[in-house]
Amino acid sequence: MSGNGTRLVLAALAVGAWAACASAQDAAQGKAKFDHTCAPCHGAGVGDDGRAMLPGTDALRIKYQGALPALLEQRTDLNAEAIRTFVRRGTWSMPPFRPTEVTERDIQDIAAYLRQSSGAARNGR
Amino acid sequence: MAILPPGVSAESFASAVREFQDAIGREWVFTSDDDLYSYRDHFSYIKDQPNELIPSAAVGPDTTEQVQAIVRTANKYKIPLYAISTGKNFAYGGPSPNVRGSVTVDLKRMNRILVCDDKRHFALVEPGVSYIDLYRHIQANKLNVWVDTPDPGWGSLIGNAMDHGIGYTMGYYRDHFGAHTGMEVVLPNGEVMRTGMGAMPASQSWQEYRHGYGPDPCGLFGQGNFGIVTKMGFRLMPAPEHWRNGLVTVPKRQDLIPLIEAVNYLCDLSMCGEPWYGSPLMPLMGNTEFREAALGFNESAMDAQAASAGLHSWQVELQFYGSERTTLANWEYAQELVARKVPGARFTNGESLKTPLTREQIANTTGPYPTNMRRNITQGVPGLGIWYMTGRTERNPNAWNETHIGLFSLIARSGEGVLKAQKDFADVARRLEMPSLFPNALQTPVNWYQFAFLMGNGFGLGGGDTSPAGKLKATAKLREVLQENAKLGYGDYRAPPILQDDVADQYSFNDFVLRRFTEQLKDAVDPNGIISPGRAGVWPAPFRSMRGGMRS
Repeated sequence: MSGNGTRLVLAALAVGAWAACASAQDAAQGKAKFDHTCAPCHGAGVGDDGRAMLPGTDALRIKYQGALPALLEQRTDLNAEAIRTFVRRGTWSMPPFRPTEVTERDIQDIAAYLRQSSGAARNGR
Repeated sequence: MAILPPGVSAESFASAVREFQDAIGREWVFTSDDDLYSYRDHFSYIKDQPNELIPSAAVGPDTTEQVQAIVRTANKYKIPLYAISTGKNFAYGGPSPNVRGSVTVDLKRMNRILVCDDKRHFALVEPGVSYIDLYRHIQANKLNVWVDTPDPGWGSLIGNAMDHGIGYTMGYYRDHFGAHTGMEVVLPNGEVMRTGMGAMPASQSWQEYRHGYGPDPCGLFGQGNFGIVTKMGFRLMPAPEHWRNGLVTVPKRQDLIPLIEAVNYLCDLSMCGEPWYGSPLMPLMGNTEFREAALGFNESAMDAQAASAGLHSWQVELQFYGSERTTLANWEYAQELVARKVPGARFTNGESLKTPLTREQIANTTGPYPTNMRRNITQGVPGLGIWYMTGRTERNPNAWNETHIGLFSLIARSGEGVLKAQKDFADVARRLEMPSLFPNALQTPVNWYQFAFLMGNGFGLGGGDTSPAGKLKATAKLREVLQENAKLGYGDYRAPPILQDDVADQYSFNDFVLRRFTEQLKDAVDPNGIISPGRAGVWPAPFRSMRGGMRS
């Protein structure tokens, strides 16, 4: 019994470690995809022609007027479902992205990355 | 909202979809409304209308062999295909096909950079490679070449070249189709063809001599529908060591003529990069007296008021790529040449910077003079910063530019040509009661193509009415503009599918012999008309009755 219990605890630990590892891996892949596909419009940094922000970041700054962060990487409310809606349907001048550009797996990974990046932003890192 | 390809039964279509799935995998064949939503033109003037150009399905092959299989199946079931690369051709239709119900062949997954040679200065890429992708590859591998990028960098090198897109560095590289170095094409019968030296199996110089031997059919694939390009080479500019710019202004309206002569000379000797023309008189448009003179093209009054305001009539920003010494020599020679031709011309040194520029240098807007030149694209750095023009900004916080269509007409590359086009465009806008977005008398051309001027038709459409009816009305007006332009000898270079028949109609010499010739070829090589029927007004026999269908 005790032996079984140990095995169960070890198994749980192993699953937990695997999940954390998978999550870190998802977030890393999500960051790579975010940097490639989202950041050119929604990243930090200055925009063109003397503009203080990139267009997607600036548009969200104007839209939310400080109620939500302008930077997607600081948002805590963007789960995979929300990301999928914006990616697949587009919004305003952001066109939809096709499943060959951003796969379902990419959406999950980006969500994992935003969870991580917004947590880091909240903690001041 | 399931739709079928024209003339294809539901049973046949289902069989074709199964064959597509067998060829490329179920997960890369898209038929649901949700998936197909992203294959619509986000900026469509006919969104949600019964004739909106929506595909019946989309397929995402990963290899040339898979593209061949798709083409063979399409032939079997007589299903029209429409190929896209990264699908970002916004203002020109985005990913939407010419024929509603086509199957979109989405080449985005074919995103391999096959060769990028910084000693021989070329790249060979697949259609899914964007300008941003190639730029990052060059940076990551520290290669000594630049990308010549269009404004938004998310587009495909191949897709952009296929629609005769442009960039902003030296003349040779700005014409993206002109800078291609050969291609691989899946023909309408499913065979694979390589052009130029690529036609020689053991060739070591596919990307160096694009003509090969005999007739070169490459032109048929640009804005054409003779095959699906699966690989294409591009000449890349060697990274210069230095960049310099300078401003030239000339006092009088008629001085535009010798100014353009001088700049053409410099450009055609490859002594400068893209020149950016403009008018320092724009601020005077707020002055009633000047505005009246400008609207009436009263040249002497405009000159007098410009002189009293201490302003010159025209300006051109020149930019030079090379070494510190050669860029200085070219700038000094440019000043000497213009001064010889235009009394009273003034010159202002711009910046003189070692390349590659730092991020801070690219972002810097505090040069020696106010500049219109967008720094990142002149430095071959692709991005999406320009997208602010379509979206929410401080000046436009509650609407987006959903009527985003590009129409640019070819005008003569001379000062006389510009001054004439200004008046002609103003007349057309007046006759058709379309308020021009620009003060026509101050409008200047873009020199995207080294050997040609394009000038934009900028109209405020329908008083900003973005309702479905308003958009249809605006589209009808645009058709009238294209007809009027053609009467005056101005042809457009690019258009979205809803206007491609109208632009093709402008090119009517000798009872449309060019189109008749092209369609004769099309019928011979694509008897079922499956490759992008209607693209650029080229309609194969099985679909020819659809010509002009978007006008109804």
